[in-house]
Amino acid sequence: MRPFDTIGFALISLGSNKVRTALMLLAMSIGVAAVVLLTGIGNGARLYIVDQFSSLGTNLVIVIPGRAETTSNTPATLVGQTPRDLTLEDATALERSDLVNRIAPINIGELSAVWHGKERKVPVIGSTAPLLQVHHLKLEQGSFLPEEDTEIARPVCVLGAKVYRELFGQNAALGELIKLGGFRCRVIGILGSEGRSLGLDTQELVIVPVAFAQMLFDTKGVFRILIEAKDQHSLERLKKHISRTISKRHYGEEDVTIITQDSILTTFNRIFKVLTLSVGGIAAISLVVAGILIMNVMLMSVSQRTAEIGLCKALGANNTQVMVLLVTEALLLSAIGGIIGLLLGFAGSWVIVQFYPTLQTTPPLWAVAAAMGTALCTGFVFSLLPARRAARLDPIQALARH
Amino acid sequence: MIELHDVSRIFTVGGQEVRAMDHVSLDIMPGEYLSIMGPSGSGKSTLLNIIGLLDTPNSGTYLLEGRDVTSLKDEELAAVRSRKIGFIFQFFHLIPRLTAVQNIELPLLLAGVSRKERTSVSTRLIEEFGLRGRHHHRPDELSGGQRQRVAIARAVINQPAVLLADEPTGNLDRTSGAEIIDLMEQLNKNGQTLVVVTHDPEIGERARRCIRVVDGRIASDTRMG
Repeated sequence: MRPFDTIGFALISLGSNKVRTALMLLAMSIGVAAVVLLTGIGNGARLYIVDQFSSLGTNLVIVIPGRAETTSNTPATLVGQTPRDLTLEDATALERSDLVNRIAPINIGELSAVWHGKERKVPVIGSTAPLLQVHHLKLEQGSFLPEEDTEIARPVCVLGAKVYRELFGQNAALGELIKLGGFRCRVIGILGSEGRSLGLDTQELVIVPVAFAQMLFDTKGVFRILIEAKDQHSLERLKKHISRTISKRHYGEEDVTIITQDSILTTFNRIFKVLTLSVGGIAAISLVVAGILIMNVMLMSVSQRTAEIGLCKALGANNTQVMVLLVTEALLLSAIGGIIGLLLGFAGSWVIVQFYPTLQTTPPLWAVAAAMGTALCTGFVFSLLPARRAARLDPIQALARH
Repeated sequence: MIELHDVSRIFTVGGQEVRAMDHVSLDIMPGEYLSIMGPSGSGKSTLLNIIGLLDTPNSGTYLLEGRDVTSLKDEELAAVRSRKIGFIFQFFHLIPRLTAVQNIELPLLLAGVSRKERTSVSTRLIEEFGLRGRHHHRPDELSGGQRQRVAIARAVINQPAVLLADEPTGNLDRTSGAEIIDLMEQLNKNGQTLVVVTHDPEIGERARRCIRVVDGRIASDTRMG
């Protein structure tokens, strides 16, 4: 039998019982759509995280107070306290190195911002001038934090685009005084409207000098120190330099955690890849269920078509031909169902992108290939049993069953 | 053309051996018109199945056109059936979802003949068998007589060495039955070897040679005229 005729014959068989065929196609397509959609979402989440970290630059080192490996030993960590704060002096000490390109100490808190009776809760970041480059921020109007001694608590602020819109509307803001947590400060700049960084929407931020932030938050410590290395090759040396400097300043204790952007990135990348694979795998189970459905329906169909199979054998079809005919039916179901599923999956991920543009849920090519491959494989494997049963039918008995 | 030598076919039913064919020897010449008669359970269908290569004997030899086909494997048997045997059944055995033309072309389709070739043969047969205008009718849109014509067209489309009919009129009214017998006799007049299994003496005695099977043996072998 010619391949084209085999497909035609199988299509006629499938077309003769439309409801049954439609149900099997539905099961197959839902399975494939689930694989495509879920891996798409997983991959989208991974790309999002990777993008967030990459936007900070890969030669970034972050110094966090408290040592990850030793925290569990001290009673202080049980109540969430770090053994010793990082201070602005630590930051200044770290700056004195050839390995450091830029340094930006950071404090974070939430305060209310008021202008002419309008009030809004805003996340406030205290930092220094280099933050603009370290965080890849864009300035729309005015100037960023002044380049001066980090100890000076100058009462100025830079507004995120959204904060500016909500407080000032169409009015000019540069030079205006706003109240931030009860302290007056002057607006010196407004950030551009694009950009998110590490989950914080830069549009919603207010940035102030770090010493001013310490005053606002009533703290002596800093939340984090961001350090940009001169280049990626000196990262390891820089890490050693940081821990040496800090331990010297903290009476011999290495009580900070130093993380590099690179290592976080690699870890997240790995975690999300595994996650994507797992959700894809779970979705693939539905494909196997679809395969079992195909097997059941085909077994039923073989017993209904016993006489017909006997006839084909009497007319000269050999066992292989009978098997090929039935397997072709299953493969066609899988292929058509798979294509419908792919379309559904892509449509679904398109819809998600419309609602959450930051989540690029385009399914990875390997997932598309794997979903189609699994669909075809289950169709093939689960059609073998019914096909073998059909091929082994004794034509005399089969024909006698009218 | 068909030579059965000392052929036996034994079935085991409920632990008991049943000799459906008991040392049967039979020669059929090319172009012969032969009927096989006998009461039900006599073994006439078994004989037809063995001639048609749907069943293989337990002992004895079967030569078809001089070739020993007794111990061929399944795949080889299918290939020989495809080229040498044409079947006509009591219940027509047309595939309900295929049109008349598709049913007629089925043996050629299974044999891997090109569409163009299939169409040219089936178109000729449809004309010859008085099925004009019925090309695209499905079996349930055809009368009993027309269905059997489609079935006969399907049986002869491969130009088989022998045409085997198992109670071909058993499911038809008298008029349609007579037409079907006329059609088959016409094919025989054109040189087609024809074997008809029937329990209807009126049909059986129209053949030029009549074999009577009783208890798995050939009880009589009569040549008419």
